[in-house]
Amino acid sequence: MASGLKHVGARIERREDGRLLTGGGRFVDDLRIAGTLEVAFRRSDHAHARILDIDVSAARSCSGVVAVYTADDIEGDVRPIIAQSRMRNYHPTALQILAKEKVRFAGEAIAAVVAESRYLAEDAAARIEIEYEPLESLVDPLRSMAGDAPRLHENTPSNVVVERTFARGEVEQAFHNPPVAVRERFRFRRKAPAALENRTYLADYRGAEGFLTLYTSTQVPGIIRDALVDCLDIPGNRLRVVAPDVGGGFGGKTSLYIEEVLVSVLSRKLERPVKWTSDRLEDLTATSHGFDEIVDAQLALDDEGNFLGLRADVIGDVGAYSLFPFTAGIEPVQVASFLPGPYKIDTYQGRVRCVATSKTALGPYRGVGRPVSTFVMERLVDMAAKRLGLDPKALRLQNLVQPEDFPYKVASGIVWDRSGFTEGLASACDAIGYDALRSQQEQARREGRLIGIGMATYAELTGIGSRLSASPGMPFNTGTETAHICLDSTGGITAKFGVTSFGQGLETVLSQVVADELGVAIDDVTIVQGDTAAVAHSTGSYASRGAVMGTGAAMLACAALKERLLRVAGLMLNAPAEDVTFAQAAFSAPHSGREISLGELARTYYSRQGAIATDVKNELGELSASRMYDPEWGTTSSGTHIALVEVDPETCRVKVLKYLLAGDCGQLINPRIVEGQNHGGVAQGIGAALLEEVVFDEQGQNLTASFMDYVLPSAVEVPRMEQVHLDLKKPNTLGGVRGMGEGGTIGAPAAIANAVADALAPHGCEVTELPITPERIFRLLEGARHQN
Amino acid sequence: MPFKKRIRVTVNGVRHERSVEPRLLLSDFLRHGLNLTGTHVGCEHGICGACTVLVDGRSVRACLTLAVQADNAGIRTIEGHGNAQSMSALQKTFKRCHGLQCGFCTPGFLATIEDMLNKYPLESEGRIRELLSGNLCRCTGYQNIVDAVLMARDERAQAEPVNRQVEKE
Ligand code: FES
Ligand code: FES
Repeated sequence: MASGLKHVGARIERREDGRLLTGGGRFVDDLRIAGTLEVAFRRSDHAHARILDIDVSAARSCSGVVAVYTADDIEGDVRPIIAQSRMRNYHPTALQILAKEKVRFAGEAIAAVVAESRYLAEDAAARIEIEYEPLESLVDPLRSMAGDAPRLHENTPSNVVVERTFARGEVEQAFHNPPVAVRERFRFRRKAPAALENRTYLADYRGAEGFLTLYTSTQVPGIIRDALVDCLDIPGNRLRVVAPDVGGGFGGKTSLYIEEVLVSVLSRKLERPVKWTSDRLEDLTATSHGFDEIVDAQLALDDEGNFLGLRADVIGDVGAYSLFPFTAGIEPVQVASFLPGPYKIDTYQGRVRCVATSKTALGPYRGVGRPVSTFVMERLVDMAAKRLGLDPKALRLQNLVQPEDFPYKVASGIVWDRSGFTEGLASACDAIGYDALRSQQEQARREGRLIGIGMATYAELTGIGSRLSASPGMPFNTGTETAHICLDSTGGITAKFGVTSFGQGLETVLSQVVADELGVAIDDVTIVQGDTAAVAHSTGSYASRGAVMGTGAAMLACAALKERLLRVAGLMLNAPAEDVTFAQAAFSAPHSGREISLGELARTYYSRQGAIATDVKNELGELSASRMYDPEWGTTSSGTHIALVEVDPETCRVKVLKYLLAGDCGQLINPRIVEGQNHGGVAQGIGAALLEEVVFDEQGQNLTASFMDYVLPSAVEVPRMEQVHLDLKKPNTLGGVRGMGEGGTIGAPAAIANAVADALAPHGCEVTELPITPERIFRLLEGARHQN
Repeated sequence: MPFKKRIRVTVNGVRHERSVEPRLLLSDFLRHGLNLTGTHVGCEHGICGACTVLVDGRSVRACLTLAVQADNAGIRTIEGHGNAQSMSALQKTFKRCHGLQCGFCTPGFLATIEDMLNKYPLESEGRIRELLSGNLCRCTGYQNIVDAVLMARDERAQAEPVNRQVEKE
């Protein structure tokens, strides 16, 4: 069991892979409980309509149908679910489990059929008749904000459900005749997180014990457990939420969904296991969407290129509901709060309004707010560089927060701890050979080719502790996580965590940390996660917190466990605990003349009667330790991405020729996993920049509700990437870890947008809207042609 | 009683005889009928490739195939590629190259790539990427999958330098 090797920092192969590569994964839809019934929904065909009548009689008499439910049938079974926030000017909207009087987006669930199989449930759902009175569809957020627009929710004063302003410095003064100013309206179109595994929920209520187990494809089992305790009125010790293998999440699985609540309610009503598995149509219409903002922004500079001030007005299209727990504010508010990015900008004013529309709700999606804020800021910087005739790299270096400026408080209140802002930019440029690339571009341009180089520098706050909340004003604690580590009577080590994995490889990462702290081999550690029965309190994995929080909690718990083990070893070796050393899974003391293995210690302590004095055992109890870790403020990750692209003037297609990123994520626990996270994040960012867009027509119908129409990047569109890991002073988090799971999607859209703009520069075009599809490029080039 | 048809299939070397409704998808038959849950369903409309299995050696989308169409066929699912103790060469290169994260798309990729490796010389990375473009992965950004294919291709070339079918185009 002993291991002299250090696991942290090593490119260790993943422990998850053995099962996932051989069909042994256990995703929720793979679980079997005898007698399980399946649910199919009847969903709204209208985006905004009053429900006049629902007729389920034909459905009820279909073969295999056990029951059909509408809102009236579950009245009283669920307490209202409302996402709260302490933000002023936040107007919460309650979730509807099944739509009662009104539907507010196309795809909202109205009735649920429970049957012996999904096939039969769908047959019956098709026979439900619903009569609607259509209301005005609120598709355009600008229209929805207007005073005469119909209100989507009766209990809010208008459709603006969140409003907030960040301000520091004399903004009016900065924008009064500045030597140089750039301003633009930017548009970042809506995305779908589109994890490959659709959401699936299986509830198993045991009436005799009054015990509910919910198996769910969620990123946040702890949050779901605590919420269901409240809304179902079941005590926490009779409600267990389990997230087994989860097939991707990216933010789309961090909210409490109505389907999750409903299967729980129905399992309790019917005293049978009840399951619902989303299909892709339901996923693209009823899983939270991401990134949908209009941003009017302007940047003022002096003649030397020093940033004087920044001003922005953000309008977020947040869809029909404020999702629990992160609220309708999470995405757009973060656009405004992160807009100044890694730059020194003392004067800033950012206003944000979140507007309810009759569309799928907006929620967190990988990067949350920062992909859009980085797109806007980095475009402004490039536009300013062009105006001033400066190189974009030089203008950035000059305005980034410099090494001596840390900790730096951003105008919106965020504090950056020391992170490699300038170092990241410099090493990215070195590694890709920036200057040589520019001369190649010159050459290519002379040949008439549309080649562009784009860069993006960003910073993000990760591993957020209890002094902040993961979503603005959210009134519960997301700042701690728990590890419980136990040595059992056979010498086995089990480490239980609250942080969960939805595919990132946390099981491997956490076992690396525990193995090192206890000096054992990685295979000697069993990791338990994704189960609320494992620890008393947890939330889950989101906001790039898993590695930071999990590592910290593991280190604290291991240290506490070691202290106990040393005391026991001291008794066995007849030496004071201070003199005992623990290395390579064995204990020894000077002059004791022998070593005790972990296994021997465990067996002696637990199983050899009389070996350890009764009073010591009464005091020490189990050889385990549980600790919570709270990084208090969190820590800053940063990076620079550089893309080289070519636009085909005939087809207007963009090809990414080269991609490189340099990042500072502190101590790398497993470089292989870090690189994989960046690969995946960048691919999503390239999708966001070039391909992906959720489109609604004027009636509020989602026109992109299949993978035929919502286009994910394939292996052809995603280039090979190079990566540089900065090796700088580690942050103050335990283990020196910074979170890094979201950087890819934060940097890539901006880098690609800048590269495409640079490619089109000879035609005088600017990129202000993403995705920059062939059609949009065609229009830009056409527009330029008509102007000349 | 709905009409049912009797089918015979051999899955991973095991013969099964079942009565199925004509509308039953092969993916549902494998997952829920035979409990071979390693075959995943990501879109059920033929785009993502997660459901890909080998039917008589050819990669086929199980979500676009009816179980009755597989009557008399030999099917290989992920469970038939090798287990954790004795993985196939391709499974091993996926592990070595970190070619998977959540693993949801992986069974489909493995089936597609086995078929590719048998049929084509895979002379370039560009060609490999093109052949992979019918399978979607939301986690890995494809780079490590491509590397796993390259490694598997080279290992195969070393093992059987002459015995290789040449691509017909
Ligand atoms: S599930 Fe068959 S192709 Fe997507
Ligand atoms: S590994 Fe998650 S979708 Fe491919």
